[in-house]
Amino acid sequence: MNSKKSGNQTVTFQNPPVILSRCNVVGPKEGDGPLKGSFDVILHDTYDGEKSWERTEAKILERAMRGALEKVNVPSDSVDYILAGDLLNQIISSNFAARQMGLPFIGLYGACSTMALSIALGSMLIDGGFASKTLCGASSHHDTAERQYRLPTEQGSQRAMYSQWTVTGAGTVLLGDSGQGPRVTAATIGRILDYGETDAGNMGAAMAPAVADTILNHFQDLNRHPDFYDLIVTGDLGSVGLQLVLDILKKSGLNINNFSDCGVMIYSTEQDTHAGGSGCGCSAVVLTGDILNRMTSGELNKVLLIGSGSLHSSLSTQQGESMPAIGHAVCIEK
Amino acid sequence: MYNYVIPAFIIGGLICVAGQLLMDLTKANITPAHVLVSFVTAGVILGGLGLYQPLVKIGGAGATVPLTGFGYTLAKGAMEGASSNGLLGALSGGIQAAAVGIAAAILFGYLVAVVFNPKG
Amino acid sequence: MPNSNLRPPTINVTPEEYKQMTEKISPKPTLVKNTIMAFLVGGFICSIGQMIINFYVMYLGLAQASAQIAGTATLILVGALLTGLGVYDEVVKVGGAGAIVPVTGFANSMVSPALEFKREGYVFGVGGKLFTVAGPILVYGIVSSIIVGIVSVLLK
Repeated sequence: MNSKKSGNQTVTFQNPPVILSRCNVVGPKEGDGPLKGSFDVILHDTYDGEKSWERTEAKILERAMRGALEKVNVPSDSVDYILAGDLLNQIISSNFAARQMGLPFIGLYGACSTMALSIALGSMLIDGGFASKTLCGASSHHDTAERQYRLPTEQGSQRAMYSQWTVTGAGTVLLGDSGQGPRVTAATIGRILDYGETDAGNMGAAMAPAVADTILNHFQDLNRHPDFYDLIVTGDLGSVGLQLVLDILKKSGLNINNFSDCGVMIYSTEQDTHAGGSGCGCSAVVLTGDILNRMTSGELNKVLLIGSGSLHSSLSTQQGESMPAIGHAVCIEK
Repeated sequence: MYNYVIPAFIIGGLICVAGQLLMDLTKANITPAHVLVSFVTAGVILGGLGLYQPLVKIGGAGATVPLTGFGYTLAKGAMEGASSNGLLGALSGGIQAAAVGIAAAILFGYLVAVVFNPKG
Repeated sequence: MPNSNLRPPTINVTPEEYKQMTEKISPKPTLVKNTIMAFLVGGFICSIGQMIINFYVMYLGLAQASAQIAGTATLILVGALLTGLGVYDEVVKVGGAGAIVPVTGFANSMVSPALEFKREGYVFGVGGKLFTVAGPILVYGIVSSIIVGIVSVLLK
């Protein structure tokens, strides 16, 4: 009856949606990093001429949305749905970007897992026959996230060695029911897991159990082995969370070698971000830049992206609550 | 001109080290605000017990510039007010003694906030 | 905590084990370096304060007590200005508590939220946020000083 669902948490697509186009915009710090060659637009400063960082974030998300359409000359009215999300309260960046697009809009909140979540849902809409084209995206901005979740940007503080740096960036992919390009063949929707981490600075540690759980379920549900993939890449665990996921998987009987993390890839160690990048924009710009470039060039053929999100708020942290986290996996094959 | 500069350096440095240990050795979630609040309160208590006065004598600005010094000023004012005006003096003395600091912080803080924009 | 009817986590690690794993892997602050930097930066700011006070006494003829108050006000101005120029957060990054604990750090903690929330208006943004950190400091400082004053009345 339900032939598209495999096991407990995974869906496999019968007509796998195609990634027709992609676009990303990043801030100056990301544009200085090791992946600078893979970005479409690099801002010169974090305001980019806007009067607030919130406006800048909405603008770069809109620019990434339009960019993905323009690259393949798809008129915007042929897109059935926009699926997007960000970190700000009431996902204002996505709402404001979608206000300019005039298309049916599905706002998502999955914290830093949003990019994987939007691709998973966008693919389900297409394979389910509810859409022929969906535009999936996510954004974050270092300074809007700092002032919402942590301290004002000019307030002096020493960041913990395990803390991460929110990426300024927006990335989008245009999915279609037919055409040329890499295809989204399966998706595993994660469960919320909370292993009791209360330190909001240590997001990698908060997210690692949920991510490991999704990875294990993905392989169980599809009866696959990690060697099936050329690259298994997590969204923004950072160096601490990456090590923790590998340790959890080892204890659960799974050894993975071809493993990386967008948060670790996006900055070099000289950029002094401590444990690496984070934020919705992190996996969005690394996927739409470096990873899909390497798929196009033939270096990678099968990639599993696991978006990782920590679903706390600054309020819940102040109240001493631990951080629930989630991981969503999408399988992209050439 | 250079009177007290070395003692100020040493005492001030040591008080700041106490703050650094408070941040690094306790559980996370200790923000600068928590450090500052603890230091003011500690200054008031030490001032009330008469233990901060010797530090000011030895270290000069090394003891008055850290926020413990602000707490000490509040406590000293409250105790002086109490001895001259009783309970009313206990209420007003602290703020009176610290009035210049508070007013300067509000005035300069407001002006800077109006003139500048955050750089990020 | 999760309801026992839920499908248990697939990962083979208990929260207790995980806590130990996290503590082992998460890097610790560089304590020795941080302490030395806090001492140097904090000592430096305080000795600048002392020189300002000495200057006020020697060249402006202020009494020691007035010079001390004027010196504190001057440092507050410097801390506020450096915050506006976007420099002070870099000083704290290096100096840690050495730059947070002096009054210049107090000025930073007042100005930075006010600066940041100016977009949200001059009443709630600047006026309100000026006291995000200064408010708690004044509340705890003043309340505890009043208690000290009352105790000293009672002991008399």
